[in-house]
Formats: sequence, C-alpha cells, structure tokens
Amino acid sequence: MNRQEELIKIQNLKKYFNAGNAFGGKKGKVYAVDNVNLDIYRGETLGLVGESGCGKSTLGRTILRLNEATEGEIDFGGKDINRLKREELRQMRRRMQMIFQDPYSSLNPRMTIMEIIRSPLDAFKIGTTEEREEKVLQLMERVGLGKQHLFRYPHEFSGGQRQRVVIAKALILNPEFVVADEPVSALDVSVRSQILNLMKELQSEFNFTCLFISHDLSVVKHISNRVAVMYLGQIVEITDKRELYENPCHPYTKALLSAIPIPDARVKVKRQILKGDVPSPYNPPSGCRFHTRCPMATDRCKEEAPTLCDVGGNHMVACHFCEATGQAK
Amino acid sequence: MGKRKKEQESYSYMRDVIERFCHHKAALVSVFILGVIVLAVCILPLTMELEPYTTNSGAVYAKPEGNYILGTDEIGRDLFSRLIYGGRTSLFVGVVSMLLSVAIGVPLGILAGYYKGWVETIVLRMADVFMSFPSIVLCIVLVSILGPSITAVTIVIGITGWPQFARIIYSKVIITREMEYVQSAKSTGIKDGRIMTQYILPNALSPVLINMTFRTAQAILMEASLSFLGLGVKPPAASWGNILQYAQTISSLTMRPWMWVPAGILMVITVVTINFIGDGIRDALDPKLKI
Repeated sequence: MNRQEELIKIQNLKKYFNAGNAFGGKKGKVYAVDNVNLDIYRGETLGLVGESGCGKSTLGRTILRLNEATEGEIDFGGKDINRLKREELRQMRRRMQMIFQDPYSSLNPRMTIMEIIRSPLDAFKIGTTEEREEKVLQLMERVGLGKQHLFRYPHEFSGGQRQRVVIAKALILNPEFVVADEPVSALDVSVRSQILNLMKELQSEFNFTCLFISHDLSVVKHISNRVAVMYLGQIVEITDKRELYENPCHPYTKALLSAIPIPDARVKVKRQILKGDVPSPYNPPSGCRFHTRCPMATDRCKEEAPTLCDVGGNHMVACHFCEATGQAK
Repeated sequence: MGKRKKEQESYSYMRDVIERFCHHKAALVSVFILGVIVLAVCILPLTMELEPYTTNSGAVYAKPEGNYILGTDEIGRDLFSRLIYGGRTSLFVGVVSMLLSVAIGVPLGILAGYYKGWVETIVLRMADVFMSFPSIVLCIVLVSILGPSITAVTIVIGITGWPQFARIIYSKVIITREMEYVQSAKSTGIKDGRIMTQYILPNALSPVLINMTFRTAQAILMEASLSFLGLGVKPPAASWGNILQYAQTISSLTMRPWMWVPAGILMVITVVTINFIGDGIRDALDPKLKI
C-alpha cells in the first residue's frame, strides 16, 4: 500500500478533564489523552487498542472535535481542526464522520430510518429531495437493508440492523475519514463478523480512511492495516499489523497479545498476566506510565518517561528497553 | 419468537400509551367529567338564552327556583348564566396562560440545557428570581401595573409560570444532550437549531406534557384567587373567581349558599379532574417516571 500521504497529523494532542466535586473539594485533572503524536495515512485502517479507560474513545472524539482539545494540533488535509471557526468546522464535518459504539442509543428514536440516513444530506442541502431519497435507497440496499425498512423507527430493528443504519448514515456524505468507536462491541458475536466484513467491503468501495477503536485484539487484527496500542492516555507502540502481532516490543503489548484466547484446549500458552489495575488517569504514575505493572521495570523507568522512537521498519515503541534494541538493530 | 413479540410490542407504542391510560380509572372518569363541563361551557351559551349581564332589580338575591335555577346575585343577575360564562373565562385563562408559560419556558430551558455556560446561568438564575417571589404577590404587582382584565390576568399568570417549564425541560435536556444520537448529529454537521428542535425537543417533551395539565389547574386557581382579591377578571365579565368575590360578605356566606357553592364546587371538580388526567398521562407515557 502506498502509505506516504498523511491525511491526519496529530501533534502533542492533550485532553485533560477537570475533576473535583461540587463542594469545592480537591481539584485536579484527568489526563485522558496526554501528548499523543499520531499520523494517519490516507486509505488505511488504523486500529487503536487499549484497556477500558485508557483514553481511546476520548482520542477519537477529540480528533473530530466532539471534545475540545486542551492543547495540540490536529492537521486534517492542511487545516488545523482545533482552530476552525464554527461554520468552518461544520463544513469540515462533511469530510469526517463517526460510527458510535452503541447502536441502541446512537439513533434518534423519534425519526424514521429514511430521515436518519438522509439527515446529513439535509444538513448540507445536497441535491433535491428526490435525489436525496434516491441516494438513501441505494445506500440502504448496499448495507443490506430493504425498502420495507424505510419508514420504520429504530426500535423496530435488531442491533445488527441498527448498526447498518448507522454505517449508512456515516457514509452517505462520502467522507474521507471515519472514526469507528467500537462499532461491533455491542453486537452479538454472530452478527459481529457480518458488520466487520461489511465495513471492509465499504472501505474499498468508498475509499475512506478509518480510525478503528476497539479493545478486542482479534477484531483489530481482522480489519486494520496498522495498529496503535494505547495505555493511560499515551500511545506506547504503533506499527504494521503483522509486525505487531509477530514481533511486539512493548511489554504491555506483549501482555495484551498473550491474553488472546486460543480456541484449542491442547495449546498451552505461557500467559503474561499483568498485576493490578490500570492506575488512575487522575494521578498517573511518574516516568513511564507502565512501570507500576511492568515486569521489566527499573529505576530509570520510574523517573524518565520514554518517547516514541523508531526501532526500524516504521515500528515505533515508547520503552527504554526498546531504544536499546533499536540501536542494536 | 421472543424477538418477534418484542417487535410487535414496541410497534404499537401509541396504542400502549392509550391502553395504559384507559386502565387508569380515575383519569378516565375525569376525562368524562371534564368533558361534560367543557361541553356545557362551550355549547350552552349557544343553545340556551343565557343572560349573564342583565340585571333584574325585582329579583335581587333570588333563591334558586323558577326562572333562576341557581338564583340571582345582589343586583339580580342570573347566577346559572354567570356560572357558565365564568367557566368559559376560567378555562380560557387556565389553558391560554399555561400555553404562554410553555412558550416562554420550553425554549429557554432547551437553550440553557443545550448551550450551558452563560446562557444556563442567566436562564436558571432568572428562574430562581421568579420562583423566589410568592407568585400571587408577583401577580398582584403586575396586574396593578397592567390593570385588571382577562388579557392582563392571562398574561400575568402565563409569565409567572415559565420557570417551572424551563426547569423541567432543562433537567431533561442536560441528559438528552449527552445521548449518542445527539453527539452523532453534531459530528455529522447538523446545525444546532435543528438538533434542538428535531433531536432534543421530541425526546425531552414528555415531562412537559404532563406538567401542562397540572399548570392549567394551577392557573385556574390563580385566576380565581386574583379575581377573589378583586384584581382578576373585572365585572360585568364573569369568572368563577369573581362570582366567589361577590359572595364575600358574611351574610351571603351564611344565608345565601347558592351564590358561592356552585362556582366553588365546579372549580374544585375541574381542578381535581385535570390533575387526575395529568396523573393518567404520566403513568401512561412512562410507568417508571415519578415526578
């Protein structure tokens, strides 16, 4: 794949939420996304994995400016999304869309399927009413919904069908960039692969770039070209899918990969079990954020935060040990 | 099989609502009684020859008999006619002032809940200011500025009612705005105005619908209080409140119950039935919702 052209360049992106209670108790910040640098290439699917609460969704939402970033730049096709004015931003939204996690709450219960899928066209006043409806029909057929569904309400559909509606709505404007925030984790296992395959097919048809957020490594393996691993608001490893699954460098990635269940009772895997929970992003550990759970942690890790560095072949890792191996290579 | 059943259930949401409402006995009876009152008030002036304004010096304080089925007042006006015409006024003031409160309160509440920030602060503090005055005192002040008339009373009661609606819908909007379908609409690039009217309003409206009934009842009582104090509907126009006002003397209260009992009873019945209907609508719309 030609990967040279960057669609999105994220630099030093930070999103802090103010914490503290209503009674003026201790105030502080939740470091949900802390200093993320990330390039997303045109046409690729970038998988973003991490535990619950590590800031994956916040990162996705901040890129689309559904959250205001605290600091940093998001360069989308030459424009800094964080600096756009209200109407500029709205025009920009035409080029980027989001697919939400829960198809049960991401459709307006008081609108018919037709109105829902048509709404982006209405918002940007594209074509006449007949043209819009024609386009809705085509797209509905493409995502596997029939004409008979047009004037029904979301509550009459199953989760899988709803997610098809969500996808149709996201794609009707032909966006360049789609953030899919755990689009299949609320679905039955049986429909999960259908939706994933549908997304894969649609991506080659519509040529959009996708940031695919998930906590499920096997899903990410199925759909993405590159994978970024996130831990406590920071990206710890990012590389091609194959490289990541065959040659993980960061101890956190290794632990994650060893936790994938293998559906064969005879295979014995040496699991690397992480101790404890993810530390609170309210008060993250000093130095390398993973040092509290890392089996290899040294004193240096406690004090000095590692930065992402290339260990060869577009494989970026944020770990003091890999810096050494990278130099050795 | 189970899925099919579930689909059919949700299919007929409106029918469910109506069915649940019909199971609410008190509400059903109330609809019937209120219907009779409303019909009487609307139709009787057209079919019967009612003369609420004609005085008859020969029949002052007449007892209920013969021509005057509910007797006459101190200047010989037919009390039955006045009761019917008064009902028109009272119901009109109740409904129109409630609609006015909704028209002011709902948009403000939605704006406050949707934009938050300074809009929220201004709207909510204004609501606090309004609510911290005893509303009857506020009404008296406003009426004394505008001068007592049906229009003035309606406007004044309407204005004092808005904070209730603003706060109710505000509390629902701050929940609805975080729903994923609103976020999704935002990320699609749908304009704020459309998000508020098509995504938030229809999903935040049910507590407002319920409170519309309660507010109507409240407004009818407020009109009566104002009229009773002489600040409401001005004679010769009739309202249930000012019928009661004419019976304020001790001799009327003790000796001539026909002057005030029918108006009082009718008002109580109206207010109680409206409240029951509100209860019924609330239970029917959402059995889990408690206000």
